[in-house]
This record gives sequence, C-alpha cells and structure tokens, in this order.
Amino acid sequence: MTQSIRIGSGLGFYGDNWEPVVASIERGQVQYIASDHLAELTLAILQKDRQRDPALGYARDVVPMLLRLWPLMQPRDVRFVCNAGGLNPMGAAQAVQTALAAKGWHPRIAVVSGDDVLTQLQAPDTHFNHMMNSTDVASVRERLVFGNAYLGAQPIVEALDQGADIVITGRVADAALFLGPLVHGLGWKLMDAATPEDFNRLAQGLTVGHLLECSGQGSGGNFGSQGDWQNIPDLAHIGYPIAEVWQDGTAFITKAPDTGGLVNFDTVRQQLLYEVHNPHAYFSPDVVLDMGQIELHDEGQNRVRLTGAQGRTPTDQLKVVAGFKDGFKAEITWGFSWPDAWDKVQAAEAVIRTQLQERNMPFDELFVEYPGLNSAHGPLAPMPPAAELNERAEIWVRLVLRTQVKAVADGFGRLFPWMALSGPAYTCGFQGLNNTSELLGIWPTLIDRHLVKARIDMLEVQT
Amino acid sequence: MSKTLRIPLVKLAHARSGDKADWVDFGLFAWNEAGYRIFEREVTAARVQAHFAPWLPGPVDAWPLPNILALKFVLHGALQGGGARNLRLDNLGKAMGAALLRMEISITAEEFEQAQKSPRKGWWPEPKV
Repeated sequence: MTQSIRIGSGLGFYGDNWEPVVASIERGQVQYIASDHLAELTLAILQKDRQRDPALGYARDVVPMLLRLWPLMQPRDVRFVCNAGGLNPMGAAQAVQTALAAKGWHPRIAVVSGDDVLTQLQAPDTHFNHMMNSTDVASVRERLVFGNAYLGAQPIVEALDQGADIVITGRVADAALFLGPLVHGLGWKLMDAATPEDFNRLAQGLTVGHLLECSGQGSGGNFGSQGDWQNIPDLAHIGYPIAEVWQDGTAFITKAPDTGGLVNFDTVRQQLLYEVHNPHAYFSPDVVLDMGQIELHDEGQNRVRLTGAQGRTPTDQLKVVAGFKDGFKAEITWGFSWPDAWDKVQAAEAVIRTQLQERNMPFDELFVEYPGLNSAHGPLAPMPPAAELNERAEIWVRLVLRTQVKAVADGFGRLFPWMALSGPAYTCGFQGLNNTSELLGIWPTLIDRHLVKARIDMLEVQT
Repeated sequence: MSKTLRIPLVKLAHARSGDKADWVDFGLFAWNEAGYRIFEREVTAARVQAHFAPWLPGPVDAWPLPNILALKFVLHGALQGGGARNLRLDNLGKAMGAALLRMEISITAEEFEQAQKSPRKGWWPEPKV
C-alpha cells in the first residue's frame, strides 16, 4: 500500500487562474490535481447559460484549462478531479473529450452526476425547510431555478477505482474533490468506516481538502492583516497549495519550489477557518469534522504539518443549495467633482427619489453607497463631516434599485440622462443606463441521503 | 496600576471573512499566546455584535479555538439575504474581515506591549527592505 500521496490545488472558482497549477505538476511531484469551479452561487450563473443553450450549464474554463494541463499531466500519470460539470457534467465531459481528441489526446473520462434534486424540491407537499430560518420551501417553490445536493467522495473514489484519468462531477462537497483521491490512493475506509481511527483519517483528508479548495487563498493569497501581505513573496507567480498526505492521515501543506506565495502557520490557519461555522461540527457527506484538536506546525519554510483532526459519523442527510428568482436590480454609478461634491450628490439623490415617486415606479428599496467612503465597511468606517466632504476632489455615488418589476428596473437608468444638462455642474462620470440584472435568493436545505443517487458514467474512449 | 488603552484589533490580529447564504463568518487570529489570552477575555460574541450593530445588528455566534490561537465568529443576517440578492458592491462580505479589525478593545499598556513584543508563532520570511 502506498505510504503517502501528493495532491495539488486546481482552481478555487470559475474564472480562476490555472497557470500556477503548471508548477505543481512539473515541480510539485503531485499525483492528483483537484479543482473547485463551483462557489455557492456559481450554479446560478450556469443556470442562465443553460437557459440560453441546453448544451451549456457547466464551467467552460475546464476546456482551455485541460488543453493546457493535460499534456503536462499525462506523461507524469497525474490524474484530475473537478466539479466543473456544474448543472451539466456530461456536457462538460463531452466538451473536454472533443477538445482533447482534436489534439490526439484520449484520456479516460468519468462523469459523476445525480446531485440535481430540483424536481424533488419542486414536488408539492414536500418540506425542504430553509436550514437557517426554517421557512417552508412552499414560499419559493414556483420560483426555484436550480437545486443540487452536495455529494460526497464515494462516487469519485469509484470513478478513480475504475481507472478514470479525469473525473468531472456536478455539485459535490468542495473538499470531497480532494478526499476522493486520498481515499482511493491511500486505501482508507469510507463507506465502511467504523472506528475512530477511520473517521479521524477521513477528518484529516477533509481538512486537507478544505485547505486546498480555494487555490491561492491557502498559500498566502488574500492574507488579511495590516502590513503583512506586502511581505508575501511574489504573488504574481504564486504556487497553489499542495498536500502530502500519509497513510495514517498525517498531512503536510506545502507548495512547488520556486513559486511565490507563503505557506506557514498563519496563512494555513486563516484558510482553515474560512467559511466554517461551528468548528466542532463541520458537516460533510463523508465525515463530521471537529477542528478543536487540530495542530498546525511550521516544519520549515513553506511546509506546515497538520495533525489532530477528529472525525465522527456523518448524518443521514445531505446539504442542498437551491436558488430562486428574487426580483431585479438596476444600478448606476455617478461621480461629482469639487466644489460642493457632497451637497450635489445629496441633491441629485433627492431628485431621483422624487422621480421614482412621481412616476409611480414600484420598488422595494433604493440602496445608496459611496464608493471610496462607506461601501466596504458601511457606518463602521469613519465618515467625515459634510463640510470636509464638500472639499473633496470628488465623491462617487452608487444607486441600486431593487424591484420585483423588470420594466421598472429597465426604466431606472432612464431617470438620469436629462441631468447631464439640467442637473448639478461638474459631474465626472456616469455608468448604468441599461443595467438590469435578475437577483437570486439562495435556499439552503437538507435532503435524506437515500433520496439522492449518485451516478458514474465512463465515457467511451474514442481513438 | 498600568494605563488602560483602547486598541483596535488590527494592531494585534489577522482576520479573514467568508460567506454562506446570509451569514458572514470570521476567523480572528492572535499572532501569539499573549495576544490570544487578551482576545479570549475581550473579544466576546456580545462585543462583536455591539461592534457591528450600527451597521448589521444580527446575532453573533462565537467559538474559541485555543489550539490555533483563534476565535471563530458568525454574524447572522449580514448580506441582505445572500450574495446573489445583496445590492452592496461587496456583496460577499470579503472586506468585512477588515471591518472586524476596526473593533477596539480595552487592555492595559503592559498587555499591549507584551502581545506586541512576543514573537509570532508562525514562520515568516525576512521583510523586504
């Protein structure tokens, strides 16, 4: 049995940079790359794509990414797991296969699906209550546009067991993209896990996945403090994190030699708690992780030892994230120069409110913020007095209308142009004449595990 | 009796925020044990809630993680219902970790000095000159 394996981080979101993965493959001695293309709301974007063209609905960057990386992975026997399938894993797999075949490359591609549970959510008389506020799904049922369960690592393990070089999934737990190869490569127990040791190993693997699923954010990217990111070396050539994971679960987080970024106690623990709620009960389909005993230790430069993750039996339910149509927004951004910029902004804003009222345009909210003053921290940021703001070189305002009526959103930008000649002097920029977009509400809920059936398809290799 | 100071967390901590539906979560990290002992006492869920209240009055959960010298906070109702319906420029609350670092705590001058002078637990390369 293999003593240890190395797995590298792919993308951290749809649109991320795959160039750093080259160093992991060429110099990082990895056997696997796992790539997370789906943030919580990416399926909302993919749903709009699919509406336009049923052949779409997947993260399209996986095609150019693999055109770049596959010829480097293939000679080194590096295998690739990703969730770029989104709402259409088979479509993604076929697009990848076609693009690679055109170059004369013929990897074995597996497709993992079965996460789409929209029809179950839409069925009448079901009770998929909102996880956070317990509201009944009936309140949004008619407006649902997607609903996907987070699958676990098991179908990925099976796909790798069947010899897949590339595994393309729909929605799976982000960390499962990493846990799958670890279970496969190290022979860990997963479905038959029973002892505390079995679950602690899975907990270590899940922690590794959690640390690597956000690409550069696990190796110094986005390091948040005062005065330190300036000292993180060469972010332009950042190395994405790599984990070396041993049979007993002990793991080391590192990165490829001669790359930028920083892997240390601080950068790793900042990612460890990212998007975690109760750190003693981090739920996944495969194991419930307790971070309370985790130890991180710098083993030298850019090498952190991870031990102590505790695991316990997962629950009988899987998390589902659904999205529903939730009105429209229209936004404009408008600049005013010195002198009296602040007074002018206030006056212009009042004119807009008057127009909305006089034209009987129904809306839920007119949201106002001042980029450069309060858009990052709201009223927690110090707001200078009006006299000082009037002396500023410029003030920018962002006005965003929330409405249930698309025609009202479409008409919002039209309230502004006349003020180019009949409004306050010295405006210095206007954007947003036609700027409507649809808003989506998010519906996290739970589904009984037995209602979700993962499916694995191996594409026929076409040579 | 040592003088009491009002110190913003940015002088003693690093932090990252993330989003899940309508919740923003924060990891707050002391650079060393001395800093962590101060945080355990001073950075309570109630105080974090009071800090954000002028902007976002939602309840706050907190968990201490002494094993990594960190505190975990979750602020409910922080994103106008969620990232894809939030009208703010920072619709995912990426900059809210920095908003937490604006929070001020009361500590003695001695405590502040000790936390600042104690070495970092993590390895860092020499700063660029």
